[in-house]
Amino acid sequence: MNLFSFLFSSSLGRKLIMSLTGIFLITFLVVHCGINALIYMNDGGETFNLAAEFMGHTWYIRAMEIGLFVGLILHVVQGLYLASTNANRRPQNYAVNSASANSTWYSRSMGLLGTIILLFLVVHLRHFWVEARFLHSINDKNTMFTVMVAVFQNPMAVVIYVLGCLSLSYHLLHGFQSAFQTLGINHKSYTPIIQTVGTWFSIIIPFLFASMPVTIFLGLIK
Amino acid sequence: MNHDMNITLKVWRQENTNASGRFEEHKVVANPDMSFLEMFDVLNEQLIETGKEPIAFDHDCREGICGMCSMVINGRPHGPKRGVTTCQLHMRSFKDGDTITVEPWRANAFPVIKDLSVNRGAFDRIISAGGFVSVNTGNAVDANAILIPKEVADEAFEAATCIGCGACVSACKNASAMLFVGAKVTQLAKLPQGQPERETRVVAMVNQMDAEGFGACTNTGACSAECPKQIPLSVIANLNKEYYRAKMNGK
Ligand code: SF4
Ligand code: FES
Repeated sequence: MNLFSFLFSSSLGRKLIMSLTGIFLITFLVVHCGINALIYMNDGGETFNLAAEFMGHTWYIRAMEIGLFVGLILHVVQGLYLASTNANRRPQNYAVNSASANSTWYSRSMGLLGTIILLFLVVHLRHFWVEARFLHSINDKNTMFTVMVAVFQNPMAVVIYVLGCLSLSYHLLHGFQSAFQTLGINHKSYTPIIQTVGTWFSIIIPFLFASMPVTIFLGLIK
Repeated sequence: MNHDMNITLKVWRQENTNASGRFEEHKVVANPDMSFLEMFDVLNEQLIETGKEPIAFDHDCREGICGMCSMVINGRPHGPKRGVTTCQLHMRSFKDGDTITVEPWRANAFPVIKDLSVNRGAFDRIISAGGFVSVNTGNAVDANAILIPKEVADEAFEAATCIGCGACVSACKNASAMLFVGAKVTQLAKLPQGQPERETRVVAMVNQMDAEGFGACTNTGACSAECPKQIPLSVIANLNKEYYRAKMNGK
């Protein structure tokens, strides 16, 4: 036990958790985005529904879902802890602060961006996950796809989703490469690759996600 | 052609650690070739002549190697230039008529002693916790008795250029000391002389760093961007790696 107690007591241990759970959540985003992108088959959601059905009713996927929530909760709890303690490390702030001269605004706003994403997730889980897993309202008539189309008829929902994706994009823009730095991977031959992949990932994945509510709202996907 | 510069300074004044501070405004005529500290000398002489208390600030070598000078100038530690300490900053980096705000390093772990002078004893305690190597006493050994590959020596030397000024802490939004500790750990972990204490050192230094009240690193990179010795962020990655390695070995 002593071997792992540092994960919750030392600053470096806590960061290791942020990094590992972050990378885990990144891999989840790929799967999630890939499945959702099936709506672009534009076949009335047929392929998408099959995939959603598989994700919802396969035991090992459900087991992984538990792992996903554990990862998410660890990421959120440790993140909030680190952000709140880090916020109290000076007796008072600088009267003049030129932080933009030495760092990007989003790298300094990970706690805020993460909180926005968390709030978005509450709305998002209520829209789909709660319907499917708890209210059992998904059936042959009322498929995941029809729920999706119904949700995105509301312009407010579309705005919330696009803002959620935008926050995700900036969160990833710093988080992706930061996770590797925390793992101790910083080398002149790998780091440029990690940074390039991270930048493209942070743009493409959130863009794909954001495109779904927009295209559905515009009636391009039926 | 040197034209005198009229500078307005807004300087942080604080009686002692427990007093609450405030800004004070002063006018000073500076020469563009003066260093920032020399401009403060001129100001302090003015203050003394008019029977006022001079402004306390730290300095020693005035050639960029001791790490004592510490001023946050217009929101940036050691001022607007990269890779420069306050003592090596010149007034020509500013414009005639400028108003310059000068504050001390602000961090819980660096309490203000007076005005712009802060107590960086926390760094000393981190070093005492493990930032050393054990050597035999007696005759000095031959400098090349232990062979060290050039790249290793270069990496260790790059980290060893850290002058312990604390600008990294003052720039970091979390007041994290990771760049400093990373530099010290890297310097010693790379060299053969640092191997016996390699694992106990990193754990002891990180524990002390946490105990001193420095924040946790979020990799914003502000530290390295403001470091007068341009210590790279890779020393932080290396510190993480050394720490996990020690933990995996049960240290
Ligand atoms: S790492 Fe750079 S900024 Fe930090 S103490 Fe060393 S020299 Fe100063
Ligand atoms: S006074 Fe020594 S580094 Fe500035």
